[in-house]
Amino acid sequence: MSGRFSLLLLGAMLLSACASAAAVVSPPLEIDTGVDASAWALVPRGEFLSGQHNHVTPVNYDYEIMVTDVTVAQFAAYLDSALADGWLKLDGQRILGYYPGDEFHAYEHEVEIKAGDYLHVPLDDPGLRLSYAGATFSAQPAYANHPMTLVTWFGAQAYCQYYGWRLPSEIEWEKAARGNDGRAFPWGNEIQPNNANYYSSYDLFEKIAGKGGSTSPVGFYNGKTYDGYATLDSPSPYGLYDMAGNVWQWTGDVYEKQHYRYLRGGSKDTYAYNLRVWTRNSAGPEYYSPAVGFRCAREVVK
Amino acid sequence: MSALAKRYDYLFRSTKGLALVGIAMISLVTAIWGMLSGPMMEWGVRDVVVRTLGMRMVEAEREGRIILLYHTIAMAVVAIETYFITDLVPVKRHEQRTINATITFGYLIAMVFGLGFGYFGHNFAFHGLYLLGLSLVFFAGLLLAAALWPWRKEYRLPKGSPYARGPGGLDLERLAFFVMAVATLGSAVFGAVTGSYWGNGHETFLAEDLIRQPEKTVLQKSIIGHLHIMLTLIAIALALIIGKWYDFKGIFHKIAMPMMILGTIVISIGAWSVVVVEWAHTIIYVGSVLVLLAALFLVIYGWNKLIRDRLAEQGIQKASLLQKIQALLHDPVKFGATWQMVFMNFTVSGVGIFMAVRLDEIFRVWPHREERITLTGHWHILSGIIATIILFYFVDMAGLKGRLRQWFGWLVIIGSDVAFASVTVFSMKRLFVSESAQQPLVNWTMLFADLGLALVLLVLAIFLLWRLFDLFHSRGRWAQELAESGVEEVIPESYSRPLPASGND
Repeated sequence: MSGRFSLLLLGAMLLSACASAAAVVSPPLEIDTGVDASAWALVPRGEFLSGQHNHVTPVNYDYEIMVTDVTVAQFAAYLDSALADGWLKLDGQRILGYYPGDEFHAYEHEVEIKAGDYLHVPLDDPGLRLSYAGATFSAQPAYANHPMTLVTWFGAQAYCQYYGWRLPSEIEWEKAARGNDGRAFPWGNEIQPNNANYYSSYDLFEKIAGKGGSTSPVGFYNGKTYDGYATLDSPSPYGLYDMAGNVWQWTGDVYEKQHYRYLRGGSKDTYAYNLRVWTRNSAGPEYYSPAVGFRCAREVVK
Repeated sequence: MSALAKRYDYLFRSTKGLALVGIAMISLVTAIWGMLSGPMMEWGVRDVVVRTLGMRMVEAEREGRIILLYHTIAMAVVAIETYFITDLVPVKRHEQRTINATITFGYLIAMVFGLGFGYFGHNFAFHGLYLLGLSLVFFAGLLLAAALWPWRKEYRLPKGSPYARGPGGLDLERLAFFVMAVATLGSAVFGAVTGSYWGNGHETFLAEDLIRQPEKTVLQKSIIGHLHIMLTLIAIALALIIGKWYDFKGIFHKIAMPMMILGTIVISIGAWSVVVVEWAHTIIYVGSVLVLLAALFLVIYGWNKLIRDRLAEQGIQKASLLQKIQALLHDPVKFGATWQMVFMNFTVSGVGIFMAVRLDEIFRVWPHREERITLTGHWHILSGIIATIILFYFVDMAGLKGRLRQWFGWLVIIGSDVAFASVTVFSMKRLFVSESAQQPLVNWTMLFADLGLALVLLVLAIFLLWRLFDLFHSRGRWAQELAESGVEEVIPESYSRPLPASGND
């Protein structure tokens, strides 16, 4: 009896999920956070405490990292430019780009990444925030200053490479997020719902789009009050925003014996503990998600 | 004073009382600590609990706290199983008393001071007492293994016995309990040795966080082997207990017991060899097949017995299929124990095998956080199923009868199975829904999981409150159970004699 009941419930859930698959999530408000999405922050050389157990880790060079995630508007501009000069290809509903491949060790569970064209952005995903006509792209207005999502690792690293930059390594990402005092979150050791966009943080966007919510505009948690919703100013010690929550961020390391690429920062879809600066996530390089974005790093411009 | 002493005897000296205390302690811990996560966190209850109880929740210590919490609950579960074993398997009375007293003291100390250390500041005296508690539980395990020694003459089975019998009349079921106890002790050492390196080369971690790390240290592998085998052995012990409850015997028993013994040995060796052998999983699979087959024979025997006994009660000689099904479902408490073992195959073993078979094509393609959800869901469900089976056995022991038994049985089966099925669908969601469209499925599965679990917890709370209020009646059910337990017979006379007027007299 209970088994049949469970089956019925399972069926009901699946039907419900399928029926709602095409449901349109209300677009969020157009909000200007006042944070400059084209700004870079300097992270000076020096040791910092990395990981959950605070290992002293040296970083022997200065580097710069974007203050915010790459936005939908920035990515739309990149697509127009990179498609025009042949850096990217439009293949039906997919944007592809070339990757030279990784060294393969045939280690357990390792997948070979050969040289070739790989998916950068799927254009047929319902979560896409880009509009396009032919090879001309634009950001959906309400999402222009939200982080660009649904980008694979190949797509993220190609974006950075196109401008002569790179994805930050995990170590660079973590140092930029927590500074050198061993803190758990970019802003300190405690988290409040209005520090960051995470699951069930009851933020403005969960009120609009329901549980799970939506991404928030980059730099949203800067101490301003939006439509009656007060945020706490939550930059990292180097002035970076959204280093916890909103979207996971691709990092650039390619490790031996594995094909996984690593993500940091937690997202709008994860509980607060995933926002701790040492938390790692990983996925194959062709993985994309409405909760994954990226930012770039570069050598210091003299 | 005598009234208090009698209640003490019931709660801390009789099997039913000891099991009741264990279940109540786990329930209490679950009720409080369950408010720190999941929907309770979403609703803000967590913050209130943390503030009210004065908990100290340092972010970097989350994993360590969780490990302490798991251990305290696991120790209580091990203690409850031990009470059942010393009650069901013939051991000497003094052995039973010593084992039960030692393990009770051990798990209570481990629970109180473990949680005290983990959640209320780091008083290292508490940590020491927590380790003392664990050590006492281990020592009780040694005593249990000694008491179960199956080669004693008095425990041999006569020729023609309906139970599995080895050379010289060796009781193979007793041997299975003994092997399980010894394997548990060996497996506990794996965790303990690694734990002794804590802060000295070993750093706290949750196994699900390391799953994709291509190379793990010996200490990490040791912990991963430890946690898997401990839960497996708890499940094996419970299957043996349920076998005793069902009076498992006959041809199925004779086939199942050697498989259970061999399976337990092979699984344990497999889990231990994770530290040194790359292909340890293959050994574990072989052992798992043997144990699962033994459990299958128990289920076949058990369901046949339930049908046969009920039809005999009704005086039906030749039953239709429908009558047989009705007979099988007649007692949801007894049926529930073995049904949950079957259901486990859909939500735990099946998922585990599917994951193993499709690891590279599916699970390792998903992001780690998704794979992690599947892993944690997988063993939370196994723990939940074990808990419900323990409850079924206990309420039967506690003499729950009539309509209340029906309600209890069916509500626990339906509530838990709906919750576990929902969690399974949630954890496997990436197979049938994309991330962009997942929210409705997430909402529904979480709702059903919460409702199912809430139903089980509500039924359990009602049961425990009934037993709590019963303790206030001088002639309550507890008094009857105490009398039946025979504990009073062995209480020295001086124990129940009125105290002298002055302590110095």
